[in-house]
Amino acid sequence: MLETIIQQGVNALQLGSYYSLIALGYCLVYGVLLLINFAHGDIFMVGAYIAFFCATAFLGHYGLIDAGMPGWIVLALTVPLTMLLTSGVGIFIERVAYRPLRLKGANRLYVVITALMMGIILQYGNLSMLGASRKAFPNLVPRVLFEIGGATVTSLKLASIVTCFLVFGLLQWIVTRTKIGMAMRAVSYDKFAVPLMGIPLDIVIVFTFFLGSSMAGLAGLLYAMNFPVLDPFMGALVGWKAFIAAVVGGIGDIRGAFIGGFLLAFLEVFVAATFSSELRDLISFTILLGILSWKPTGLFGKPRTTKI
Amino acid sequence: MVCVLLFAAAAGAETIKIGFNIPLTGDIPKVGEMAKQSAEMLKEQINAAGGVDVGGKKYMLEFVYVDNETKPESAVNAALKLIEGEKVLAMVGPMGSGRAVPAGEVANNLKTVMVAPWSTNPKTTLDRPYVFRACFLDDFQGPVAAKFATEQLSAKTAAVLFDVAQDYSKGLSEFFKKSFEELHGAGSVVAYETFTTKDVDFSAQLTKIIRTKPDVLFTPQYYNEVPLIVRQARELGFKGPILGSDSWGSAELMGLCGDDCKGQYFVTHYAAAGAKGATKEFIDTFNAKYGQIPDDVGALTWDATNMALAAIKNMGALSGDLSKDRDSLREAMASMRGFEGITGTMSFDGTIGDPAKCAVIVKIDDAGEFTYHETVCP
Repeated sequence: MLETIIQQGVNALQLGSYYSLIALGYCLVYGVLLLINFAHGDIFMVGAYIAFFCATAFLGHYGLIDAGMPGWIVLALTVPLTMLLTSGVGIFIERVAYRPLRLKGANRLYVVITALMMGIILQYGNLSMLGASRKAFPNLVPRVLFEIGGATVTSLKLASIVTCFLVFGLLQWIVTRTKIGMAMRAVSYDKFAVPLMGIPLDIVIVFTFFLGSSMAGLAGLLYAMNFPVLDPFMGALVGWKAFIAAVVGGIGDIRGAFIGGFLLAFLEVFVAATFSSELRDLISFTILLGILSWKPTGLFGKPRTTKI
Repeated sequence: MVCVLLFAAAAGAETIKIGFNIPLTGDIPKVGEMAKQSAEMLKEQINAAGGVDVGGKKYMLEFVYVDNETKPESAVNAALKLIEGEKVLAMVGPMGSGRAVPAGEVANNLKTVMVAPWSTNPKTTLDRPYVFRACFLDDFQGPVAAKFATEQLSAKTAAVLFDVAQDYSKGLSEFFKKSFEELHGAGSVVAYETFTTKDVDFSAQLTKIIRTKPDVLFTPQYYNEVPLIVRQARELGFKGPILGSDSWGSAELMGLCGDDCKGQYFVTHYAAAGAKGATKEFIDTFNAKYGQIPDDVGALTWDATNMALAAIKNMGALSGDLSKDRDSLREAMASMRGFEGITGTMSFDGTIGDPAKCAVIVKIDDAGEFTYHETVCP
């Protein structure tokens, strides 16, 4: 019995690490711009595809380089490249879709709708460019199974969980301890006063998208390694769930997104394990709804007052 | 997105229009692609030979393909579009039962012959005189799988993992459970776990399954889910055999699954390896044209379409009145006896559109090929 609980706990930690990584991206952009970037789940999907093309290119599939590079070197090269390219996609979207609206002073509602449309464009752009066939993510590192207290864990699952904790620590450090982090918090506090203080608003916003999208790229890579069947719509459902996790955790607070992701995963796994999986989403989202009606700003959120 | 591909027939000649309700996008696009390739090949062969001869008059074939996105509601729309909009004489597809059961309702209500090549759920044709199929049923496939697990995999206990939102997976799992428990007593299916379409993380269900220590895991899922299930089961420490159903048999399975699926067995409609006669000829022509071995979907689409064309020939003449022609095509289909297909011989008894066909059990060998293991006949 205890072994089962430990195993399910490990399962939940693994699932939670993806939710958390995606929720962190939602949270960063919301925290700074008060914009719900609904395209984030699809940026995660693009990240998984970028990781796929990087990994297969390094493995020599397209004849760009010779095959035979060891898997761990391929992985070591794929991680930074995926994060960089995915953040490029995020920054590009900010530039072409969100910034024009921001400069024209459009209501936030229109920006959110733009984000939704951007997500759909990414999904169907991928569908039309790459076709509906699934892509199989290659195995880069050999699968190592080991047992901890009766639970079976793979090296890859552990890596996902550890990465998620490291990323959380890094983001928390950037936001609370560095100058650019202070600038991000300042933009969040008052977008109109910040440029008057000599803080370059656009650079802070681009940096936020860079951070958020590179986390989505990293999540996409880890996700693709664990669930190696890629399709153009893979980001939609995971993205929504991560968004809900971020809101329940208290959107705008990094700790909230982190905890919210794991909370959702634990609820899902333990409901599926105790009751049947048909009830999984019903029960776990009812509990989340209960949390929100008890604390509408989420677990870590603080109510904002609007000054007139 | 609905994409309609129209292939205009030779100008002047009279045509017979057949619609295809197939998944060109969505969860199982390979199935739609295979079906379309197979149908195109058939059309080219027949049109090159001058068309279909009905009562001494030659008709060119015109095939219309509509994407059902692997969604039940889109399959219904696709059926309406083909029957009402395109005015097809007959409809081939949908492929899987999740789409074929609702689309069959539409075809039957609109009195148009539908031939489902790959749908094995009994509800597809039940009480629907206009709906036929070209494959065996799940109330046959379930017992075949249970018997195979017992006799060849020496299983005394079994676990089932299936998608509760798919008519096909749900129905087949029920048949498997029933016949396995008839062989080994109540409670011998030690775990009966579900998930819902689009899930990718099965770790909670598989952990529960593995704790009950089943001898075999039966999972009647599609080729896009099988790799994830098999891989996660292995990662959680399951070492027993994993048994599949006809939905595994896509040409794309091994490309996605890799080494994890090697050594597993599944029940299917035909095995390409070691085929003879007309079946071999079909496989060779297909391979020469498209550079791949056709899977069971390709072969069954070929048979379903050919069977519909054979029935059209048996009609003797086309009146030109669509609803009258659709009715007489239904009669011709229902009285079809001993149609020699490449996946077996098919006959309809006039009351229900289900042919009695044999099932093949296939092993995935170490090279990733689907090799013939045995044939089970009803």
